[in-house]
Amino acid sequence: MQMQNYHSLLDDPDSRKLETFSYLNEMDAGSIRKQIQAMLDKSWQVAIEHVEPERSHRTYWYMWQLPFFGEWDIDKIMGEVTACRNAFPDHHIKVIGYDGKRQTQGMAMVINRAKS
Amino acid sequence: MSKKSNTPGRYEAGVKEYRETYWEPDYEPKSTDLLACFKVTGQPGVAREEVAAAVAAESSTGTWTTVWTDLLTNLDYYKGRAYRIEDVIGDDESFYAFIAYPIDLFEEGSIVNVLTSLVGNVFGFKALRSLRLEDIRFPLHYVLTCGGPPNGIVVERDKLNKYGRPLLGCTIKPKLGLSAKNYGRAVYECLRGGLDFTKDDENINSQPFMRWRNRFEFVMEAVNQAEKETGERKGHYLNVTAPTVEEMYKRAEFAKELGSRIIMHDYLTAGFTANTSLANWCRDNGMLLHIHRAMHAVLDRHPKHGIHFRVLTKCLRLSGGDHLHSGTVVGKLEGDREATLGWIDLMRESFVPENRARGIFFDQEFGTMPGVMPVASGGIHVWHMPALVAIFGDDACFQFGGGTLGHPWGNAAGAAANRVAVEACIQARNEGVEIEKHGREVLAKAAKHSPELAIAMDTWKEIKFEFDTVDKLDVAS
Repeated sequence: MQMQNYHSLLDDPDSRKLETFSYLNEMDAGSIRKQIQAMLDKSWQVAIEHVEPERSHRTYWYMWQLPFFGEWDIDKIMGEVTACRNAFPDHHIKVIGYDGKRQTQGMAMVINRAKS
Repeated sequence: MSKKSNTPGRYEAGVKEYRETYWEPDYEPKSTDLLACFKVTGQPGVAREEVAAAVAAESSTGTWTTVWTDLLTNLDYYKGRAYRIEDVIGDDESFYAFIAYPIDLFEEGSIVNVLTSLVGNVFGFKALRSLRLEDIRFPLHYVLTCGGPPNGIVVERDKLNKYGRPLLGCTIKPKLGLSAKNYGRAVYECLRGGLDFTKDDENINSQPFMRWRNRFEFVMEAVNQAEKETGERKGHYLNVTAPTVEEMYKRAEFAKELGSRIIMHDYLTAGFTANTSLANWCRDNGMLLHIHRAMHAVLDRHPKHGIHFRVLTKCLRLSGGDHLHSGTVVGKLEGDREATLGWIDLMRESFVPENRARGIFFDQEFGTMPGVMPVASGGIHVWHMPALVAIFGDDACFQFGGGTLGHPWGNAAGAAANRVAVEACIQARNEGVEIEKHGREVLAKAAKHSPELAIAMDTWKEIKFEFDTVDKLDVAS
C-alpha cells in the first residue's frame, strides 16, 4: 500500500475524538443494543449523557434524566436513547454503564457523533 | 522452688541446633503474622527441618551462637518459626519452607524493613545452596500501615475520563540518543494518532544528549497540542528517576508545574525508600505514578534463587504506584500465563485467594487499598491485541513501542491502528465473541475501515515469540 498521511487538524472538528469506540465506525442500533445488553448482564446501571460538540472535553456532560436505576428492559432504554437523540440532534451522546460495586463507570461509549 | 517452664533458664554459651528453637510444626499462624514461603535448596546431608529452622532464625531473631542478651527478652514472642515443609513437585533437592513472623518484627509501613529481614543475610547463608522467596502473606493489619497506590485504577480512569477499555501506550524509541525536540515530535505523533500515553524509556534520566528539563518542556508541549487536537486526555510518563532523592523531587515538582498528569519511577534500581516517598508525594499532589521494574529479572528469573515477582508486585502495591509492568505473556519477554494471571490479580484485586495453579501460596487481603494498573509492554503488536484483551481485561495498559513507531506510515498511523484494534476487540468481546479464537476475523473486519490497521497487520503478520519459559510454575501437569 502507498504511504498515507494521517489526517488530523486543530481546525477540523472531525479530528476531535470521543473516547471508547470513537475510532470505530458509528454503531447502528443493533450494535448499540448489544453493548447495552452487555452492561445489563453485568448488573450495571445504564445512563445517557449528551453535550454540545465544542464542550466535549468537559468532565460532566448533561445528564439525560437520571441513570435508569432498576430498569432492566432494554427496549425501554433503547427508547430513551432515541428520545435523547431526537431532543438533541446536534449533540454528542454517550451511554454509560455504572458499576456501583466498584464505584466507577464500567463503560462509557459514544453512540452519537454530532456532525460539525 | 520449682522452675516454671516459661521462665528463662541459666545462660549456657555454645551452638544449638536451629530446629530446637525455630522449628514448630504444631504452630498455628496468627491472623496478624507475616507469613513467608521460601523455596529452599539446602546443602546435601542437612535435614530439611534444620535448614528451614535456620532460614527462620537467620531472617528473624537468631544468630549462629547463643548470646547472653537473648535472655533479656522474650524470644518466644519475637522469633520467626518454620511451621511447615512441603515438597516441590518434580524437584527432589528443593522444598518449600513456610515461616511465620510476628508483626512486631517490622516497622509499620516499611517495605524496606520487611525485605531487609526476609531477604537479608539469610540469602548468603552457607548452609543453603540457594533460596527463593516465593510469596509473602502480609496481614491486613500490616497492609493498612502502608500508603499504597497514590491514586489507583478507579481514580486514574476518572481523571483520564476513559472507561470500558484498556489504555494504550508507547515507549519512545530509540531509547537513547534523541534530542529533546525530536523526542517531543515522536510523543506528539503517537498521541495525536490515538494513544493515551507515551513513556520515557527507563534508561532516559538526564543524559548529556537530552537533559531532563528540556525533555519535560518539549514533551509537555507535545502532550498539550495532542490533547487540543484530539479532544482526549493524554499523558507522558515523565521519568523522574534520579541519582538522589533531592533531584527526584525537583523533577517531580517541575512535571507538576508543567501540568503533567503522570510521572514515572524505577522502583527497584532507585529503591523502596525513594519509591515510597515519591508515592507519598504523588498522593499529596494528585499525580499518577507509573512504575517501571528494571532489575526485576535479576531477582526473579532464576527458579531456585532470588525473589519471585509476585512478592515484588505485593511490595510495590504497598510501597505505592499506580501502574506496574507485569509482562505480556505473548510478547518478547519472559512470562508464564498462569503465573502472570496470579500477579495481575495481586495488583488489582482486594482479595486474592491461595491458588497454587497460579503460584499463589497464601490468601492475601488488601482491604480498601486501591489497585495497581498492570502494564503489558515488550514486543507486542496489533496481532497480539485479542490475546491481550482476553488475558488482561479492561484494567490494564498495553504498550506498543515498536508496534507503534515501527508502523510503515509513522507513529500517528501506528497509534491509530492500535486504537482501532483494541476498540474492535472490546466491541466484539462485549458482544460475546471469543476473541482469542476469532481474533483474526475481528481484526480483519475492523481493518476494512482502517487502512492504518490493515497495513499494520500486513507488516507484522509473521512475527511470533515462541521460546519456552525459563521459570515455570512447579505444579503437577
